[in-house]
Parts: sequence; C-alpha cells; structure tokens
Amino acid sequence: MIRDLLQRAPMRRLLVVLGVVAVIELITGPPGSNQYPTSGFTGSYAEAASFFGIFRTQRWLVFLALALVAWGVVELWTRFGTAIRSRGSHALAGPRQMTEKRPVRVGFALVLFVLGILLPHIVNNAFWQSALVTYVAIYVLLAIGLNVVVGFAGLLDLGYVAFYAIGAYTTAWVTGALPTPPPFGHPLDAFWAIPFAVVFVVIAGVLLGAPTLRLRGDYLAIVTLGFGEIITIFANNLYGITGGSTGTKQIPHPVFHVGPIKYTWGLAPVPYYYLALGSVVLFLVIFSLLQRSRVGRAWTAIREDEVAAESLGINPLKFKVMAFAVGAASAGFAGVITASADNFLFPSSFTLVFSINILVLVILGGMGSISGVVVGAIIIQVIQAYLNHTPPSGYQQPDLYIYVGALLITMMIFRPAGLIPSRQRRREITLYEKSHEGHPDEVLLGDDV
Amino acid sequence: MGSFGHYLATHFDTLKAEFWFLFVGGVANGLLYAMVAVGYTLVYGVLRLINFAHSEIFMSGGFAGYFVLRAMVGATVPAGMTSVLIIVLGIAAAGTAGAAAATLVERVAYRPLRRRRAPQLAYLISAIGASYFLFNLAGKEFGHLSVSDPQPYINHTVFTIFGAPVLMYDLIILVVSVVMFIALDWLVGRTRLGRGIRSVAQDAETASLMGVNIDRTIAITFIVGGALGGVAGFLYGLNIGVVYNMGFVPALKAFTAAVLGGIGNLRGAVVGGLLLGIVENLCVVFVQAAYIDVVAFGILVLVLLVRPTGILGERLGRTA
Repeated sequence: MIRDLLQRAPMRRLLVVLGVVAVIELITGPPGSNQYPTSGFTGSYAEAASFFGIFRTQRWLVFLALALVAWGVVELWTRFGTAIRSRGSHALAGPRQMTEKRPVRVGFALVLFVLGILLPHIVNNAFWQSALVTYVAIYVLLAIGLNVVVGFAGLLDLGYVAFYAIGAYTTAWVTGALPTPPPFGHPLDAFWAIPFAVVFVVIAGVLLGAPTLRLRGDYLAIVTLGFGEIITIFANNLYGITGGSTGTKQIPHPVFHVGPIKYTWGLAPVPYYYLALGSVVLFLVIFSLLQRSRVGRAWTAIREDEVAAESLGINPLKFKVMAFAVGAASAGFAGVITASADNFLFPSSFTLVFSINILVLVILGGMGSISGVVVGAIIIQVIQAYLNHTPPSGYQQPDLYIYVGALLITMMIFRPAGLIPSRQRRREITLYEKSHEGHPDEVLLGDDV
Repeated sequence: MGSFGHYLATHFDTLKAEFWFLFVGGVANGLLYAMVAVGYTLVYGVLRLINFAHSEIFMSGGFAGYFVLRAMVGATVPAGMTSVLIIVLGIAAAGTAGAAAATLVERVAYRPLRRRRAPQLAYLISAIGASYFLFNLAGKEFGHLSVSDPQPYINHTVFTIFGAPVLMYDLIILVVSVVMFIALDWLVGRTRLGRGIRSVAQDAETASLMGVNIDRTIAITFIVGGALGGVAGFLYGLNIGVVYNMGFVPALKAFTAAVLGGIGNLRGAVVGGLLLGIVENLCVVFVQAAYIDVVAFGILVLVLLVRPTGILGERLGRTA
C-alpha cells in the first residue's frame, strides 16, 4: 500500500521537496556548539522562532507550509512547465535578438558603466560605499580573471587565491612593509607594485601551469588546490620574508604623482572604488577582446575537444598556460588594490575557502560568459555584504559557505551553464549531453575534459 | 656547500637515532592514509573521477566516533574489555556515518548529473559543492573549534621495536586497518558483488548488458569506500581531536597516496599510503614541522609529472 503510494511520481516529488525544505530549515536555523551538539538541530526543528518580526511560531510549522506550497509549484510546473517555457522563449525571442546586435550591447555596456560611476553617490552610506570596494569591485575583478581559466579554457583552478596573495604581498614588498627590503633599496609608491605584481603572477602562472597543465582536469584541480595551500603555508611561516602569521599592517596608501598632477588616496573608500572600477573596465575590455581573438577561439577549441584542437595545429599546453597567466593578471591587480586599500594583510585571508568563493561567482553567472560572471559576482557579493552587515538571527558568517555549497550543487543539477550563459557554452553542454545519450558507459562519465 | 654537507651530516645522524621512532609513527599515519586512499581509488574505478567530498566522509566518521566516546566514556579512562567494546562501537558508528555520508553525496551530488550525462567539470564542481556544504554545516552544528575525544583506553607502550615504543594507539590502527584491507580484498576479488564492481570499472556498458545493475554497484562502491573513510576519521580523531575541517589535509594526502600507488589499484593505495606516511614522518628530521604538508604536495606533483600511473600502475577493474 505504502510502496504503491511511493511509486507515484507526485509522492516522490513531495518526499524530495520535504527533504530539501528540511535541509533549508536546518541551515537557516540557530547554530549548535561542541558543548551542545544537538542544540542546532532542536533549535531548528523543535523550537519556536520569530519570523521577520511579524509573528512567532514553531519553525517546523512554517517550513511545512513552505514545503507544501513548493510542492504545489513543482506539480504545476511539471504539468504546465513546458508550455510556459515555450511561450516565454517565444515572447523573449524578439528582445533576445536585439541583445545580439552590437550597437545595443555597446550601448547597454555604456549605460552600466555610467551607472557604475554614479553608484557610490547613489548609495551614499558609509558601509555600502566601502562594501562596493571590498565586497563587490575586487571580487568582480577576481571573478572575471578566474572566468578566463575556468570559463574560456575549461580548466578547474582551485588555487586561484595564490595569485591574489602574490599580488597583495608584492604590494607590501614594493612599498617596504615587509621584512624583506624593497626593490632598489627604498620603498616605492603602491602604483609601482602593479608592474611587479603582474610580472610575478604571470611568472607564477607559467611556473605552475607549464608542468601541471598536461594533467587531466581532475588532477589539475587537486594540484592547484595543493599549490594554493603551499603558498599559504609559506606566507605563514617565512617570518623573515613575509612577516609570518601576523602579516603586516603598514602598507601605505597609494599616491599618483605624474608631473603637476598629484593625488593621494586616503581612508575614504570611494577613490578606491574608482581605482577598482577602472581596473575592472580595463580587464573587461582586454578579456572580451581576447575572447574574440585567435587566442579565445583556441581556448574554446581546447575546451570543447582537446584532441581535435591539437590535430588542427593548436598547441594545447601553450594556450592553457596562457589562460593561466592571463587570468592570474587580474588577480594580481586585485591583490594590489586590496592591499593598498586595507593597509594590512594576513596570510589567513588567503585560503582555499577564498578560491572556492570566487569559483562560485563564476559558476552562478555562467562559465565563459563575461556579462554573466559580472552579474553573478555582484549578486552574490551584495547578498554577502548585506548578511554580514545586518545578520538575521542565528546567522554566523561561515554559514554563507553552506549556502554556497548548496548553490554549487543546485546549479550543476539544474543550470550548469549559469544564470546568463554564454550561447556557445550552453550549446556545448546540450550537444555534449545529447551526443552521449544511450551510451551507458558514457553515462558514468564522458571523456576527460 | 660545506655548510650544506654539515647540515646533511648532522641531520642524517638524527635520522639514524630517531629512525625507528619515526618509522612507527609513519606506519600508523600511513595506514590511516591508506584507508582513505582506498575510498578514492574505489570511486575512481567505477566513476573515473576524484570524489572531492571524501574529506567530509572522513570528518563524519570522526564526529560519529566522538559522540560515541562522549556517551560511553565517563570520568575515568576505561580499561580491558570495556575499552575494546567502546572502540568497536566507535568503529561501527564511524563506519556507518561514513557510509551514510557517502551515500548522501552520491545520491545528491552525483546521481542527478549521471542521469543527465553531464561533462566532467560539472561533477567536480558539484562534488566540491557537496564537500563545502557538509563541512560548513558541521561547523555550524558542532562549533568551529577543535575538541579532543574522550580517551577510551590508556595509551601505554605495548612493546618496543629497536627501542622505539609502539603505543596502544598504533596497535589499534594496525589491527583495524589490516582486518579491513583483508576484508576489502576478499570482497572485491572473491565475491559476486566485487565482480560487479570490477566489471563496471572495466566497461560499464558491457557490464550493464550482462545484467549488472550499475546504479546499485556504484552506490555500494560509495558505501564501502565511505565506511573505510569514516573509520579512518574516527581513528584519526582519537588522537588529534575532531573539528569541522579536519578532513581537508588528510584527504589530500590520501589522494596523493592513491595516485602514488596507482589510481584504481586497491593494493597500490595501501602501498602508497604506507610509503607516504613513512616518508613524510622521516622528513620531519630535515624540514620544520610546518612544511610537512609541502612535502606531501611536492610528492604528489612529482608523481603526477614523472609517473602519473603510480608505483603499481593504474588498474581499473582488475584485482591486485
């Protein structure tokens, strides 16, 4: 009887929805502790809580109601989803064609750019003004850089934080904030860190990439992960060179001094925002030009089918190393800006967690889609800034990573190409999945990407 | 150069003096790595991918064992049969927790992608997501600080080899891991189930034509690997303590061990684990303790570059 019931598709979907909602109930609930390891569970499932300050009731009641509503939506979607979707894509076909026209795209980008310039004057709130730099602009810069590696070339790099760390440490070194004497014997302005940082990260990218990029995708991921860890270990322990675990707290603010023009960046966040915005625009232009160039086409070819690309005369290793180095450059830039805006740096800020966070920004927006990655990064970072600024009850900062993990799985299951996928990438994934239909061997896994 | 020669000479003297002591510790660590490495290798065999969430299976075992010890051990350290009972219960709980976590990961992060025939990058990302979700959830529920396990036995020296003490802890690891390795070898090499696992690893399409249920075989592979990983987590936590991110470094080393021995090769994973544990422990003489992890990653990169098939060679779907 029960088994018959469970065989039915709606019942199975109800169970899945209930399970998902139970997990959401747990991860949004109060935290436990090592003294009271069950308090998180009892607090989530068996206690009352206030909801938006409006009403106060048992958590499970609210979530059960939520689950039933969600189930209703799922049932309606399975019945009418295809029709709605086809009608939607029909209605959107016109606007979508518009966005493919070059003048429209350029105009849209210009509007966004002007909005970006005006933004710090629109928000006009001390926290959000500094959040625009520390949470948003820097991360956009990092995300578009990682997008070159993961999105364009299809290489999973879990040690991306290392390049960011190299950029930040170079700034500290050039400005004389580290125990190591600065280059040429005397401290230089933070702007001089930019050429040094770019050269160093590119060298690091080539040094790491040249031996490891021959490896298969999954091996590469784990080797880059190890590389990121090694950089942190060195930063933490080489007291005489990096200042060890205490890092440094005396990186000076940058000064722009060319001829009669002199501008000093201070504590105010807005000037840094413009510095970061300028870098973002610079890299956006470079990366979109690269994407459309011979190099970009070579990356696509390698990502889609390495063997075929090689047989067409493309040297995969060369272009993969290039992707690593180019992607690293923007991380180096981001490191310079962060270090000079914060004035301090600690090795504990450069951990694996950081690399994964950047990866999430790339995946949410859509691997390989520059506009998608920018939008995805802005969405997640604004949410993160909001949660840290005004945390809901029971929220601790590391909880964000739980949501991030869940988001990664959900995206891979339902929308692997991202929120705003690049057309090419989406086509690639559907073609791949279609071409492997009916081959149970490939069902397990396709060939090595 | 003279000073470097002097450096080597003094350190070799230390190595000679401390060799057996470090060797015993290395074997114990290596057996733990091997237990985790077997999980990587099993999953790699049937799915051709690294299970990035394996570190969290290790962590689940650590916490399950911790809760058993919390419930069972009172104010005094138990001895005799009580200790044995507690250890066995801890192992059972940790193995179950590891298997449950592995099943969860397989069902949620892998199976939907397999149904959709997703490309490899998608699997890696979804596994990283699962790992991230699980260890941060553990951090939320059980706190972000390390706690030490209540001790279920008196950790005394049982006997000595060449003057190096072998502790009760080392002996427990030895007995438990050897029993599990023999059982696993028998399971994969001699049973019908093991034949299924091997056939899926060799050629999943043909296996499915011959009536092997692929979904079931993959699920069982995760359960077996997960149980071993969970038990390893318990034994590791017994000495070091448990914390939400405890799995990260040991799992990375276990992966190194699996590659070192030859991925997909069960006996290779054991050899690789032992070798890595011993080499790593002996390196303590030459480098500061903080850089030990660098040594392990260095070995990983070196193996991947020089001999990516490992010492015993990649063996997918064959015994030994």
